[in-house]
Amino acid sequence: MSAVRLSGDTHPLTYRIQPDLKPLDLKAYEALDGYAALRKTIKELQPGDVTKLVKDANLRGRGGAGFPAGVKWSLVPMGADAPKNKYLVCNADEMEPGTFKDRLLMESVPHQLVESMIIAAYAIQARRGYIFLRGEYIVAAQNLNRAIDEAKAAGYLGNKVCGGDWGFELFVHTGAGRYICGEETALINSLEGRRANPRAKPPFPQIAGLWGKPTVVNNVETLSNVAHIVLRGASWFQGLNQGKSKDAGTKLYGVSGRVKNPGCWELPMGTTAREILEVHGGGMKDGLKLKCWLPGGASTDFLLPEHLDLAMDFDTIARAQSRMGTGLLTVVDDKQNIVSVVRNLEDFFARESCGWCTPCRDGLPWTHKLLQALERGAGQTGDLEALEQMTRFLGPGKTFCAHAPGAMEPLQSALRFFRGEFEAGIAKSPSQVAA
Amino acid sequence: MSEPVIKLADLHKQSAAAAASTPAPFVMYADDRAAIEHEMHHYEDPRAASIEALKIVQKRYGWVPDAAIAEIGGLLGIPASDVEGVATFYNLIFRRPVGRHVIKVCDSISCFLTGYDDVRSAFSAKLGIQLGQTTADGRFTLLPICCLGACDKGPVLMIDDDTHGNIAPDKIDQLLERYK
Repeated sequence: MSAVRLSGDTHPLTYRIQPDLKPLDLKAYEALDGYAALRKTIKELQPGDVTKLVKDANLRGRGGAGFPAGVKWSLVPMGADAPKNKYLVCNADEMEPGTFKDRLLMESVPHQLVESMIIAAYAIQARRGYIFLRGEYIVAAQNLNRAIDEAKAAGYLGNKVCGGDWGFELFVHTGAGRYICGEETALINSLEGRRANPRAKPPFPQIAGLWGKPTVVNNVETLSNVAHIVLRGASWFQGLNQGKSKDAGTKLYGVSGRVKNPGCWELPMGTTAREILEVHGGGMKDGLKLKCWLPGGASTDFLLPEHLDLAMDFDTIARAQSRMGTGLLTVVDDKQNIVSVVRNLEDFFARESCGWCTPCRDGLPWTHKLLQALERGAGQTGDLEALEQMTRFLGPGKTFCAHAPGAMEPLQSALRFFRGEFEAGIAKSPSQVAA
Repeated sequence: MSEPVIKLADLHKQSAAAAASTPAPFVMYADDRAAIEHEMHHYEDPRAASIEALKIVQKRYGWVPDAAIAEIGGLLGIPASDVEGVATFYNLIFRRPVGRHVIKVCDSISCFLTGYDDVRSAFSAKLGIQLGQTTADGRFTLLPICCLGACDKGPVLMIDDDTHGNIAPDKIDQLLERYK
């Protein structure tokens, strides 16, 4: 993080993070306005008021899809006729290759997530919540559990939250691997102790989710914003982007790959990719040039150096035929062969397919095999056309969930931008194919 | 340049050596049973504790023996086949013996771009094993893993519960010394 003293007005998500990244305990967190938003919620706000605030703030989902959080919440049945058991689940299964933002928030400001989850649960009147945390995040699990214990002891969790008549329990549920657990309905199956296959939608989880009960699933970064919106208001949140974007708030952006200063920073929504890469990331390492970049994870379309001046927000990046995704750039330098890079990405997607539906289960290993052949110069005439066919057969609408369509995004854009490199992998003679 | 693909058959073969030295039949420890029962109360349905139950057994044994599958099924009131379905789905649950320390090398895109291939080769050369295999002395198992969410420190790996970043292939000797 930067050495500059950050303020809660401009850097709500990260201003409490200490230089050594160690989490604040309850007392220290409370000294920095911690749990003020929760006390205000219980004392002054009705559940519907919280949802309205989040809607007015235009908080869009930070897990990659950008769905407005307040709209998601407003689909949950409320009132006397609503099911008694409702659930709030935090998607903390951060596993999108190239993404390392939620880890920072959970390891270094766990109370912020806990407080925000209690407020979000109040908005939908959930009685129980789970943080679905990937099994590899050992430190995050320790820090979150400690924060939950402290919050419980202070009366922020339990039968009477802040002494009111609403009660909420929160648990950390750790996973045991598999990227597909990040898919909302697969996550719910996993949380129920089943194989993480996605479910058919509708019904949407807000109506019938965990154990068939109304369930809201939100990403760590999305939820972490909630306490700040309650404390400082919707129009303050709208203004955080400094006019750079139609989307509100700050965003945790970052960059990895062969750059001088890889890292993750909280910046106004709509900051350009160029600023992220060149100012904060320090630019490419000496002797390397930028070849292309993934805007927000392995499942987003490649963009080129000419796209660097685009604002990193959901709509702008979508107009450039990609997706902002998680907002953490992965940059590919000019020393990399694009076929090897895409082969690596498809290796990941093929391995992580849950196997539930045929296009994904069979199409991804096939894609990987074609790319392996092209990589060693043993491709055959028609392989590029076969790959292009994959991008259609595994595209949106052909599969149960977004896993395979996501896998096709870097492939289709790489074929569009660097076709020559793929063609170079086609064997010149039959003997090369056999090898 | 092409990467070795791990085949199930290789996993079977390589675990034979480790299996030969497997001690004593499986018993569920009272502490572990209590931990699983405690976990069950966090959920509307005890089945939800299945993954945690498998992790509790694995923490004790290093892996999940066959007999544990039935025992967990009985405890949670679900068929053993369901427990097995879960155990074989999740990559952090081991259904075969592994070494005392498990090295999980991230092979996802950011680490691939910052030197994964060299790191993997260095481990293979040093330990004399490929991905998916265990050293003859039962000390290390080498596995690939997907993005560990520390991409700014690539190449990254985990050994047991510890995450290590900025791995230099020529420094892995010192790293391994910490895991006896």
